Amino acid sequence: MTNNPKRAVSLISGGLDSMLATKIIMDQGIHVEGINFYTGFCVEGHTHAIRKKDKKKEKRNNALWVAEQLGIKLHIIDVIDEYKDVLLNPKHGYGQNLNPCLDCKIFMVNKAQAWAWMEENQFDFIITGEVIGQRPKSQRKETMPIIARESGAEDRLLRPLCAKNLPETLPEREGWVDREKLMAFHGRNRKPQMALAAKLGFTEYSQPAGGCCFLTDKSYSDKLGDLWRSRGSREYDLDDIMLLKVGRHLRPAPNFKVIVSREEGESNYLKGYKSDFITLETCSHNGPLTLVDGDPSETDIHNAARIMARYGQGRDAEQVDVSMRRPNGEVSSFSVKPMSADDILPAWHV
Amino acid sequence: MAHFELNTRRLLCPTPVIRTQDKIKNLVKGDTLTVVSTDPGALSDIPTWCRINAHEIVSSETIDDEVFITIVVN
Repeated sequence: MTNNPKRAVSLISGGLDSMLATKIIMDQGIHVEGINFYTGFCVEGHTHAIRKKDKKKEKRNNALWVAEQLGIKLHIIDVIDEYKDVLLNPKHGYGQNLNPCLDCKIFMVNKAQAWAWMEENQFDFIITGEVIGQRPKSQRKETMPIIARESGAEDRLLRPLCAKNLPETLPEREGWVDREKLMAFHGRNRKPQMALAAKLGFTEYSQPAGGCCFLTDKSYSDKLGDLWRSRGSREYDLDDIMLLKVGRHLRPAPNFKVIVSREEGESNYLKGYKSDFITLETCSHNGPLTLVDGDPSETDIHNAARIMARYGQGRDAEQVDVSMRRPNGEVSSFSVKPMSADDILPAWHV
Repeated sequence: MAHFELNTRRLLCPTPVIRTQDKIKNLVKGDTLTVVSTDPGALSDIPTWCRINAHEIVSSETIDDEVFITIVVN
């Protein structure tokens, strides 16, 4: 080791693997700072803040929490716009759903590298919590060199949890880190990570099922695909991808979609979009708040209100009074007969 | 030293944290910043971000479902 402490930037997701990888390198005397990229599709932080049923869950961003546990700085970078090209044109294709995992990892390591090599930052290498065989699309033996090469990080990319299964990197060759103290984890078995966590004194950590990205979720990917088909374009913005996380989505016809809140927290959240969408609320009975997206006719709006009434306390009533607000602020009211359960076709559910 | 306000209403974490981080980059030691958010998660995330970056929270309160967090920049 040289006298001059080397500096590493660690991709922190908020999960256990990046936490362990970072700690292993910190314990070798390296100055480590964290970096976290916000694509808009991150599971971290969003839906738990919206849904009332999740109110008892501790509201925290796990990447920030991990950084605090490790005692390192965390830099959170908004990459929503740049990420569009990764999602829309993945060179290496998608996983089971609309998850471009390999391209995503290459993108993030490349972004980390661009940030780390900046004159004001001056980091020497990058670390990730990747483990060979952990993820079917991006974390395989053959994808590890692809990520290193195509990100541009080359041999300045170190994976401390599986380094012994990979060729030596620059930090190992130069003696900045001791290869013998790195790990040889592989496969999907989580027990080695859990044992290491216990050894390092971590009793609490996050292990999100299905990873940390909504794009790995079939239901979410189906909604995103529907959005693109309905628009005839694969464009999206942050509000689009946020709304796909909230409420029941039903498309009774190609020209409009109905977003029906499932509980009070979602109703409150959807209210924030009243200037962007036609908003429906039941006023004679308790019920959900509904947004109507697209280009609906008056008949479509009437049907949207009937669908909404089906999910409220007036579902068995002869008539339910509905208040409608148009994006320009114009308010009107009318009555509808709630749609029967049988009339809501399964194919409408996006 | 000056006081600033940052409106992050309707945004969900981590976006309020990112906006706070980016705003503070342009402030100087001793400046104060009040962040307003409608995401209750901001009550945890912004103070955490401040602790790991050595900024000081001087007040944190919720009024009518809106979170007000005032930070002194270090």
